[in-house]
Amino acid sequence: MVASPYLPAPRYARWRKWKSIAVTGALVACALAVIAPLFLVIFFLVARGYSSLDWNFFTQLPKPTGEIGGGMANAIVGTVTLLAMAAAIGVPIGVFGGIYLAEYGSDRANNWIRFAADVLNGVPSIVWGMVVYLFLVVPFKGFSAYAGGVALGLMMVPLVMRTTEEVLVLVPQSYREAALALGITRWKVIVVIVVRTALKGIATGVIVALARIAGETAPLLFTALGNSFWSHNLKEPISALPLQIFAYAISAYDDWHRQAWAGALVLMALILALNITVRVLSRDRKIAP
Amino acid sequence: MSTLPETARASATEPIRASATPATAPTAGVPVEAEEIAFDVRNFNMWYGPRQALIDVTIRIAARKVTAIIGPSGCGKSTFIRALNRMHDMTPGTRLEGSVKHFGEDLYGPGVEASVVRRHVGMVFQKSNPFPTMSIADNVLVGLRLNGVRDRAVLQARLEESLRMAALWDEVKDILNRPGTSLSGGQQQRLCIARSLAVQPETLLMDEPCSALDPIATAKIEELIQTLREQFTVVIVTHNMQQAARCSDRTAFFYLGRLVEFGDTRDIFTSPKNPQTEAYVSGRFG
Repeated sequence: MVASPYLPAPRYARWRKWKSIAVTGALVACALAVIAPLFLVIFFLVARGYSSLDWNFFTQLPKPTGEIGGGMANAIVGTVTLLAMAAAIGVPIGVFGGIYLAEYGSDRANNWIRFAADVLNGVPSIVWGMVVYLFLVVPFKGFSAYAGGVALGLMMVPLVMRTTEEVLVLVPQSYREAALALGITRWKVIVVIVVRTALKGIATGVIVALARIAGETAPLLFTALGNSFWSHNLKEPISALPLQIFAYAISAYDDWHRQAWAGALVLMALILALNITVRVLSRDRKIAP
Repeated sequence: MSTLPETARASATEPIRASATPATAPTAGVPVEAEEIAFDVRNFNMWYGPRQALIDVTIRIAARKVTAIIGPSGCGKSTFIRALNRMHDMTPGTRLEGSVKHFGEDLYGPGVEASVVRRHVGMVFQKSNPFPTMSIADNVLVGLRLNGVRDRAVLQARLEESLRMAALWDEVKDILNRPGTSLSGGQQQRLCIARSLAVQPETLLMDEPCSALDPIATAKIEELIQTLREQFTVVIVTHNMQQAARCSDRTAFFYLGRLVEFGDTRDIFTSPKNPQTEAYVSGRFG
């Protein structure tokens, strides 16, 4: 029987098979290395924190030093408050900045703005905390929820701006032209046609940014500071989950360590929920018909 | 724009090749005096950056007639009709000279706003593009709503009227709340026509409106164009010479940025005066 001309020469065939197995194996190992840490984190948080999650954890204030029990109700509310304030600052600036980049700016100006946004994105979070401390905490003589919200909000701006720009650019030019041809003025075209078409993408960007900043601790250390009680005034220090976790984790009490794990689990669950929302939103994110 | 002195214009109007028709000739043979003129375009030149896309175009387009613009790819026919409702305003690096008047009003005159011009001169594009976030009804009414019409009775009346004019009403009257993008390609294109008609323009520009459609959908649009001409001026760019022959009253042949010949469609297709026109309509190039 004559060997098919399409078969490799026999002495190469075996070597190639081994190479193939080795490379495939390396790729699978790398892929697993990406997923494994996530499962490790979730596994440890659940293992250590789940037992401490009870009704009290979500409804009570932290107990004074030495007493067993209590919860992180104020820290959970504080985190939500800080995220809302951050969004109030970061979303409008980021979205309008993104609209400028996508619809108005000249190439030259855009290059500089993009470069600045990318640099801002890389600014270490503790630096944000120090800068806001200098400009909002020192002059007003006190740590406050406002300062914390501003620090987190400023961190959101470059993230929201770049994603907004990216999704606006994806909106086909033909929709802009069709709307302009109806005699609609340019800013209405941008708001009603372009932004509305890209709204899901913008929402996705905002949630990704919120998930990014929800766990930030460093910028809050110098600004929101933390609080063992309910804060009734945004001019006062406010508690937040990462701050409370930090304070409890470095403490000397087993009960506080236990609660720090529970707090970490809640924080992780919040961030996971935000990311799942993003997945759902972007699942059918198609702009063109 | 239109502020250029006459002497400067004159130098630009010099025909380069003998075959290029002088500016005044294209309208010869058409009884221009007797009829109303929709577009009066004079010595129009346009550049994309350093490249000149339109060279000294002078043409008078009759009101309530269908005028077809034909010519090979890159001849400037799309560039030309996009100049008729100032769609080039958005494109950086374009420059133009000469004047375009629509029913006597200078479209590029000082203080004239492009958005107002476009309410009088609507446009339908090659690819149907209903807004994906809007229902059929919202697509038709978006132009009115965003131009400040709030009265529900007016909107409702205009919705039906526009869809009827676009020969789409019977097909969509029960599904007005469905997304515009749920319609077939031909229906979407008629929806886009309805959307343009809703703002009540005098003129409708169509940039190859059928080139993405099958023959049946094309036939419907062509039939629609015949009814539109009773009320509107239609200027249609087409690659399809049979289409130009079937549905237009006048035909303009563009080549290399110039208007080579303009006249009654019958004459252009049966007895063209210019050898280039003859070569193009008989399919020898393009």
